[in-house]
Amino acid sequence: MRSPKGIQSLVRDYQLWIMILPAILVILVFNYIPMYGIQLAFRDFDFTKGLTGGEWRGLAYFEQFIDSYLFTDLMRNTFLISLASIVLGFPAPIILALILNQIRKKRMKKLMQTTVYLPHFISVIVLVGMLNVLLSSETGVVGHFMKSIGLGHINLLASTSTFIPVYVLSDIWQHCGWNSIIYLAALSAVDPQLYDAAKIDGASRWQTIRYVDIPALVPTIIILFILSMGSILSTGFEKIFLMQNALNLPVSEVIATYVYKIGIISNQFSLASAIGLFNTLINFVFLFAMNAISKRVSNTSLF
Amino acid sequence: MDHIKAGATGKEFAFRVVLALLCAVIFLLIAYPLYFIVIASFSDSTLVSTGKVLFFPKNISFFGYQEIFKDMRIWTGYRNTVFYTLFGTLVNMLFTLPAAYVLSRREFRARRILMFFFVVTMFFNGGLIPTYLLMKDLQLTNTIWVFILPFSVNVFYLIIARTFFETSLPKELHEAAVMDGCSHFTFFFKVALPLSKAMVSVIALYYLVGHWNDFFTALIYIRDTKLQPLQIILRDILLSNQVFANGAGTGGDAGGYAQRYADQIKYGVIIVSTLPILVIYPFMQKYFEKGVMIGSIKG
Repeated sequence: MRSPKGIQSLVRDYQLWIMILPAILVILVFNYIPMYGIQLAFRDFDFTKGLTGGEWRGLAYFEQFIDSYLFTDLMRNTFLISLASIVLGFPAPIILALILNQIRKKRMKKLMQTTVYLPHFISVIVLVGMLNVLLSSETGVVGHFMKSIGLGHINLLASTSTFIPVYVLSDIWQHCGWNSIIYLAALSAVDPQLYDAAKIDGASRWQTIRYVDIPALVPTIIILFILSMGSILSTGFEKIFLMQNALNLPVSEVIATYVYKIGIISNQFSLASAIGLFNTLINFVFLFAMNAISKRVSNTSLF
Repeated sequence: MDHIKAGATGKEFAFRVVLALLCAVIFLLIAYPLYFIVIASFSDSTLVSTGKVLFFPKNISFFGYQEIFKDMRIWTGYRNTVFYTLFGTLVNMLFTLPAAYVLSRREFRARRILMFFFVVTMFFNGGLIPTYLLMKDLQLTNTIWVFILPFSVNVFYLIIARTFFETSLPKELHEAAVMDGCSHFTFFFKVALPLSKAMVSVIALYYLVGHWNDFFTALIYIRDTKLQPLQIILRDILLSNQVFANGAGTGGDAGGYAQRYADQIKYGVIIVSTLPILVIYPFMQKYFEKGVMIGSIKG
């Protein structure tokens, strides 16, 4: 009985199938075939046999990565950069949204929003280029400023102690405004009666933020937090890669940049796949752990 | 009573002062670097590099821009990027919007399983190396297609579009159209798309910016200099210091001189390469909040 019905709906919906077919094909080829190719992490790559033809090696490549002298450095750098990005970068758009939401004058608000969204559209290369010219200790405007307040010649871009602050702060500069949009949207959905009630109870503006605005944001905050935990080990490959130089390499080499160098530059495809898969697995563990915790604590979860 | 009121307004006043100060600081922190790049790009480079240019351009000079417009690499990169961006976005829209429409039709039986098929890829992927080897096997490396095909469907935008179609097209509208003998094709093109201009523009903007700023694809898959997009040229100029294409001014004793002009060229290149995005930005801005809200709240 089932198959005639299936064919019937196939015939009835043939136009819908035509409309969705290109998207299915693209995702199948460019997303699912590489997933199948993950096997490479467990095999020797053999040029003549392609993605899945080489000899089985089991977990040998994972062991090779974990035993390598770079392993602890890579893990530490990746964690530190991700952690700093989350600790500083996650609350920033929330605070910004609360501030923007307090502006009563329409034109002021518009001007502020236009300004804070703008850096989001600058490309990573241009952003790192801007950092290079602005932070240069010899000719940059920040370099001159630091000299004038007596901090002297610190090369912010080539020092192991300033790499993470420069990375995180410039990231906040670029994306904080854009990321605040989602919180602004959540705030605009708050029932106006709540504000009126708070006013009648004599709440100050600060108290309104504390007792009306922030609670209204909590579900959005939790969902976004879970998502950001899921990517704790895969932060901004492109920007880190572009900001790397010989002097900051001890703190700026992360798993993603290492995979690129091992895989694409030196053609050790199997080892690089294993490291990439290792990275993905840790992301998953974080995502599920945070999801479970949040389900317990606040009844909000992704799945 | 009066006392309490006075206290409250005093507090309110303090709140406003703090708010205004905060806004001013945020505004300056974000706007000043951008403003500085603009004025530095056409000020005398010696004054810029010695920190004399802070708020207004001084000794206006367009040397940097002259060098940029003489540089053939910039033009090739520009032409390539404009092509990849426009063509790529067109393909994106052709692949994404019809699929999103289909996924929004409740009567479409395969809808749930196909949603799952798409959503899985947001959380799990094969990673860099298998993807790279696949592109090689498909012989997409060193072709323009590597900029277009692999990214023709972004699942996140697909879901935004689907949610929009689902919530903004009333059921009655489709029923009425079907009564009039309207097929899915005509309904999609004549009714659904015209009613979704805001969403379509937001998604087009996302795709446009994505293509415009993409350098990773070229970094990995493109060796041929004739196919290089603007961002790779920018990397050479801004980060690898290959400022003067024909090697002018790189001679020994001209070192300091060359470095000064190199900086001016860099400031100018930043402006020239970012300008197109900044030009369309104001027209799109009014849709941003709407677009993000559509995608997030009911995703």
